[in-house]
Amino acid sequence: MEIAAEAVIALVKIAVVLGVVSLVVAYLTYLERKIIAHIQQRLGPMRVGWHGLLQPIADGVKLFLKEDIIPDKADKVVFVIAPIMVLVPAFVEYSVLPFSSTFYITQVNIGIFFILAVSSLGVFGIVMAGWASNSKYSLLGALRSAAQMLSYEIFLGFSLIGPLMLAGSLNMQKIVEAQSDVWFVFYQPLAFVVFFIAALAETNRVPFDLPEAETELVAGFHTEYSGMKFAFFFLAEYANIMVTSSVAVTLFFGGWKGISWIPLPGFVWYALKLGAIIFVFIWLRATLPRYRYDQLMRLGWKFMFPLVMANIFLTGLVKYLFL
Amino acid sequence: MFEVESSTRIERSSVMPGTEELIINMGPQHPSTHGVLRVILRLDGETVTDCDCDIGFLHRGTEKIGENITYTMFIPYTDRLDYIAAPSSNLAWVTAVEKLFGWEIPMRAHYIRSLVAEFSRISSHLLWLATHALDIGAMTVFLWCFREREMVLDLFETAFGARLTVNAFRLGGLFQDVPQKFLDLSQEFADLFPGRIGDYETLLTDNRIWLQRTRGIGVISADDAIDLSLTGPVLRGSGVRWDIRRAEPYAAYPYLDFVVPVGENGDVYDRYLVRIEEMRQSTRIIQQCLAQLPKGPVSCKVPRTIKPPAGEVYHSIENPKGEFGFYLVSDGSETPYRVRIRPPSFVNLGGLKKLVLGGLVADVVAIIGSIDIVLGECDR
Repeated sequence: MEIAAEAVIALVKIAVVLGVVSLVVAYLTYLERKIIAHIQQRLGPMRVGWHGLLQPIADGVKLFLKEDIIPDKADKVVFVIAPIMVLVPAFVEYSVLPFSSTFYITQVNIGIFFILAVSSLGVFGIVMAGWASNSKYSLLGALRSAAQMLSYEIFLGFSLIGPLMLAGSLNMQKIVEAQSDVWFVFYQPLAFVVFFIAALAETNRVPFDLPEAETELVAGFHTEYSGMKFAFFFLAEYANIMVTSSVAVTLFFGGWKGISWIPLPGFVWYALKLGAIIFVFIWLRATLPRYRYDQLMRLGWKFMFPLVMANIFLTGLVKYLFL
Repeated sequence: MFEVESSTRIERSSVMPGTEELIINMGPQHPSTHGVLRVILRLDGETVTDCDCDIGFLHRGTEKIGENITYTMFIPYTDRLDYIAAPSSNLAWVTAVEKLFGWEIPMRAHYIRSLVAEFSRISSHLLWLATHALDIGAMTVFLWCFREREMVLDLFETAFGARLTVNAFRLGGLFQDVPQKFLDLSQEFADLFPGRIGDYETLLTDNRIWLQRTRGIGVISADDAIDLSLTGPVLRGSGVRWDIRRAEPYAAYPYLDFVVPVGENGDVYDRYLVRIEEMRQSTRIIQQCLAQLPKGPVSCKVPRTIKPPAGEVYHSIENPKGEFGFYLVSDGSETPYRVRIRPPSFVNLGGLKKLVLGGLVADVVAIIGSIDIVLGECDR
């Protein structure tokens, strides 16, 4: 009986999180279009609903009703599986994120490790998409994407080691609790910078949006995709932005913990911090040009790798000597 | 065009899997080839080992049309050559015909021609900067440039009634004097524009990523540039101070004070800097034209039927893209015997292969952007 009740509660939580996340992800596209539009002195979506507020829904309906094209020479099975392979990990990662002190789907004692592991699955979907499309642009885009994501995952992982050493746990809740006094971003500014750059590369955002560098590779790995399959890639990209921003909030900005003299519920703090980080993601997109493939790799291996290693060494040294 | 089939397979060794060179098609329907340029690239990994341009998708036989219609009727056709800077093409044609006649054009017409030609240079350079930056991924510059380009197009509309294919000039001067509103708006634009150039530069000039993407990319030496007879900002980017506005002045340029900017290294970045500075100098020229604009007629006495004396003439002007010239042979009748266009984009595009070999695919779009081609006059 108790197991059944727990299962029901868990299912409800999953449904709530999935529903909220899907909606937020859809509105993230609206937010991005609006913010970039205003930076670029234009209005952005204005037609569907008040100030275009229903635009994401209209987009969804459009993509849903579109003809689903599978190229003749594509590997059909892989072609269909690829978008699912990209989208599912992006949503699975939400299962361990602590949205507030009481609201989360589950607590895993290796929470952050779970996120890193699942997020690296997404690259399979991208490679599969590029290969199955049987198109040169897709293939080049997928190869670039795979190389980029694999390299930057390393820095992403290493940059988290600093805060994890301070927290002494992989459990997301415990990491947040450890930041009750001071957010880790003040102890670990270097780690945060590396993490943020790696997160940009990991989510294929400007200035690291090479896989979909539309001027060279048309649309990269999803060139041949249309309709709902395309929407899956699109949603996965924004879902990944949300996840990486959430990880940043949890590990560097004290998660749902706010400033004590401003009484706001935990999830509001969480949402505020998340929004601020996502805003920076969008702001960068409107500001920066794009790196070249070899420059991206050089930046990663020759600059960020030593930096993040030095950070781990320093953290260890300080912790050993003073704590 | 090189062979696409066979012979591309290179067997490295029995242990390594065989690798193949990839042939990739950019255009004519590719997001980054400007207009309908088709570039066929042969890639080894991401390195370009061969490059071939396929042009002619916009060929309309403009030169042949010119032989069958009168000198006046040909002016609107020149709009469609360099359609980004239509007044410049007009100017090249009318000055070539006027040179054949030896007409004296009133000073006011000269000044207005220079003024409008500089506006067309700004409009062309803005479009170039917008697309070039977009090719390298800077999206905001694109829309900021279009905001100012819109103002220039509005100016054209005020004076000549059209926005893109501005049929601005007539043989012997102008069709009619420009309205005062045009001059007022021009002054407004000239006062506002230098600040806006500063805006673009804050986003690009010192941007680390922009520098990495453009510095040392697509380098061409001054000697090579001259050998390939490149002209315009592409030549000046390599450090050759050659500008027809200075070398063989036409219109009001002898009376105007401006600097011809040159680069040092001949890379994409220097060509960018040269064009940015040219926009500043164009604004200076506009300010001077407005300040010095003389009163008087805007056209000399033009006969009803235009029959130039038999003979031949070559006249070129400094188009935003380079040397834009007309070679004209007249047999004394109402239609030219031969019209030959010297298109800057076509000649500059000839340098593309030299610039891209050994570079990466990502550099190709940066380099095509930095050459600044317009297919209208390239294909004619």
